[in-house]
Order: sequence, then C-alpha cells, then structure tokens
Amino acid sequence: MYKQYFEYFSNNKSVYLDNAATTQKPKEVLHEMNEYYTKYCANTHRSNYSNANKATTLYENSRTYLKEFINAKTESEIIFTKGVTESINFIASSFVQENFDTVIISELEHHSNIVPWHMQGRKLHKGLEVVKLDENLNFDLKHFEKLLKQHANSFVSISHLSNAFGKILPIKDIVKLSHKYKAVVLVDGAQSLAHFKVDVKDLNVDFYAISSHKTFGPTGTGAIYVKQKHLNKLKPYQTGGATINDVSFSKSTFLDSPFMYEAGTQNIAGVIGFSEALKFLENIGYEQIHKVEKELYLYLKKELEGIEDIIFYSDSKKSIGSLSFNIKGLNHEDIGILLDKQNILVRCGHHCAQPIMKKLKIQGTIRVSLAFYNDKYDINKFIVALKRAIDILKD
Amino acid sequence: MGIDQKLNQIVEDLGLFEDDLEKYEYIIDLGKQLKKLDICHERDENLVQGCSSKVWLICEQNKGKLFFHANSNAQIVKGLVYILIKLFSNLTPREILNINLDILQNLGLSEIITPNRQSGVIGMIKRIKEYAQALNKVGKSCNHNN
Repeated sequence: MYKQYFEYFSNNKSVYLDNAATTQKPKEVLHEMNEYYTKYCANTHRSNYSNANKATTLYENSRTYLKEFINAKTESEIIFTKGVTESINFIASSFVQENFDTVIISELEHHSNIVPWHMQGRKLHKGLEVVKLDENLNFDLKHFEKLLKQHANSFVSISHLSNAFGKILPIKDIVKLSHKYKAVVLVDGAQSLAHFKVDVKDLNVDFYAISSHKTFGPTGTGAIYVKQKHLNKLKPYQTGGATINDVSFSKSTFLDSPFMYEAGTQNIAGVIGFSEALKFLENIGYEQIHKVEKELYLYLKKELEGIEDIIFYSDSKKSIGSLSFNIKGLNHEDIGILLDKQNILVRCGHHCAQPIMKKLKIQGTIRVSLAFYNDKYDINKFIVALKRAIDILKD
Repeated sequence: MGIDQKLNQIVEDLGLFEDDLEKYEYIIDLGKQLKKLDICHERDENLVQGCSSKVWLICEQNKGKLFFHANSNAQIVKGLVYILIKLFSNLTPREILNINLDILQNLGLSEIITPNRQSGVIGMIKRIKEYAQALNKVGKSCNHNN
C-alpha cells in the first residue's frame, strides 16, 4: 500500500528486497530536490540575494528538522556529511586518533566501522578490541565490560542495527557500561532510522552517525550527531570555504560548529531532500512502520523455514530489516543471479562485513532486506523464485 | 575445430535461448559436464585472480597443444569455465596468444553475466594466456603445478 508514494515502483516491476543497501525515495523527496535545482538553485551561507537566502534557510531548516527528529539539544550538534562512512572517518580523524588509546568495536561491524581504525595503525589487541557475539549473533555485554575494564581510555564504536543480519544491538546498555568506565561512544546508525525511532538524548550517545540514502533520502548525504560537550574537542576534518571566520596569510580562525566542520559547498539538494524523507517517515509514523515490518519479517522467516537445507545464522529475536541465509551445498552468488533473472533483487555477498563472514566460515550470504513498503506479495514472489533457483542448481 | 568455429558454435548455442533464465539453466548444465578436477589441484596457487567465486585452473601440454582443466565452487561459474576451456583447449600456445581478449564481447556473455563475473572471465583468460606465454617461451610441459 505504501508503494504508491514511490515513483520507482511505477517504473519497475521487479521485487526490491535490497533496502539495507539503499532505499527508494518518495515523490516528495524528488519533488523538493527538483524545486531546488529548477527554481532557486544558489549556494548557501555566502551570497545575499533572495534565492541564496532561500537555499540557506531551507538547508538550515533541514538541520533543525533533523535535530528535532533525533531529539538533539542544539543545531550545532548536527553536522552534515556525505554519509555514515564520512561521519565515522571524520570522528576517527578529528577526535579519536589523538585522544584514545583503544577503540572497541564488535564482531558484527561493517567495513566502514573497521577500516578507519586500521588506517590509524590500530590492529587487533594493539589499539583495537573486538566484542564477541554469542551463537545467535547477540552482543556479549559481559565480554564488553571485561574489555572496558582492561582498557581505560577507550572509544567505543558500535552499530545500532546490523546490515547483514538485522540484529539490533543493546545500545542503551552499551552506552551505560561505556560511561561507567569513562569511555566515549559512537553509534553507527546507518540502518536504524529506516526502521525505528532514534532519540539521542534517551540513548545518551556521544556521537550518532546517520545515513540519508538508507533512510529514503538522497545518496551523498548524511550527518553526524555530536554531543555538545565534545564539540570543542573536535578538530576540523577538512577546511576551506564556509568554515572560517577570518583568514590572512598568517592564520585562519574558524566559525563555530556546525559550520567549521562543513567545508566547501555542501550537498544542498541532498540535505533538503533528506529532511523531506524524514517528514515522510514522520507522517507514516514509526509505530506503523514497526508493525508492518515486524509482521513481514516473521512471515519471511516462516516461509524460509519451509525450504529444505536452509541455513540461518541467527534467531529472529531483536531483529528487523535484514535476514541472511544460505542453502546447503549451493553458492549464494549463483542463487542471487538466478533470482535477478526472475526480477527479484536481493544482495548476495559479504555485505561489506567480511570479518563476521570469516568468523562464520562462509564467503557470504543471501540477504533479504525489507522496508515498510514491501508486502507479503513481494515475499511470496521471492519464495517462488528462490525455490525455482534451487531446483535449477540442484539438478 | 579452429577458434572461430568454436566461438561461432558457442554463440549459436547460447543464441537458442531467448529467456535469460533458460540461458543460465543451459550454462549450469554445461558446468555439470565439466571433467572432475583432482582435489589436489584445488590449491591457492591454482586460483584465478579476479573471480568473486573460487576458480582453480591447471594446464597440461600434449603434442604441442594445451589442455585446460578447472573447477569452481559456484555452478554458474562452472558453466562459464566449461565454455572457456572448450574454447581454449587443444590449441598451441601461439594460437592462444593470438586470441584477442575482446572474445568476451564476441561470446555475448557481457549481456548476461554480472560485472564481477566478467572480471572473473577476463581473469581466467589472462591466466590461460599466462600459461601459453610461459610455454611458448620454454616449450615444455606446464604441468608444474601438479
């Protein structure tokens, strides 16, 4: 019933089940981006004519909207970025590198929350610690506390929702424990906002990385929430136009946050489009989204359980969005190609999370990732196509 | 049969299928005909670079001609491997070196296989050419991986 709000579904008859990779964009988002490019395209925070002022106003209104959407305290806590990858790299470089001896991540992390730490010269047990998961891929809080005890002066960087397996991590508990041991916490929220409400005040996180394109907004846009008390410790990540207060050949002085962290011309249409996506979500309501998705997720799991030789890697508890599996004796990529030829779009591979695949001793999985606009009809078509693919591959 | 005839035969066979899924079923069936590769050859040094799935490739020389044997952990890839082996086996090193890498275009596979798998096919052709290059120089058996 929600597909009518997305032009993509009028133009595509395929079944889109790759929402953890990117989501489709509602008409409102595309309309607002088109309005910017066709009616008042101008740079922000610079010129002083009417279109430029309108662009600046709508860009800053988007910041205010996001601030309220995640319940941040001030606009200065919201810094727009290219996306979650840039958000994590920004904090890694501007805040973590010089201030923390140890970075703690989990076995569930995707590459965006692993490689930036390697780039700082950190290796396993040499500045980088990894929290174990149990047999259902649940975060091991006891092991986490042990690591916090062993490593004073730690920075914790943890996903809120696993892109590969759909596991929701216990962020409130993680933050509570971290703060008990004076650690600072960044939450990688790449997948979260598409599925559930995020309240940074309630979670009490220090940093929260946000993706637009995984939240029904445009690509190339995202944000990082920075708790106010950390703002004065952040160094500018990049410098240049729109970040400075005064420049001479001798020195530069910077503006306050968020402007000092948003160097150069920003993705103006992207930011405006992103706030439209959030408004769209707010109109539907997270309660409704959760209800639809939970029912779909359980239906998908139940249908998959009826398939012979299926291998799951976790239970359905505390899970939403993504569900990963394999079929015993068959290659996940073969299945993905045969699904594609039947117009079923899923991701088959390591999902940018090779370490967890290595732990599970697999090369990859078939991942179905749902959004609220999917329906049982999509799942039924997927199951029929999956059975046909298995038949073809199994003689 | 010369390389052009072999190529035309494969293109003709693949052209029989209008539906991509049927074409894949045919490729998978070809893979099932692939001669079993001795497990001892499934070693890292025989792995083809660029394949998202694992492909092990070895080469034997007989009366101046090269014969390739391979296996993969993916069934569709096995079918592609079967096609390439059929195409490149029973040729001299010089004949193999003269084949243009654009052969993928001529096969029409680029329309039906993913970019990842295209780079795997290119990787396999490169590996075949490396074998041919080495044997063209030394003129002896390339059975060194056995």
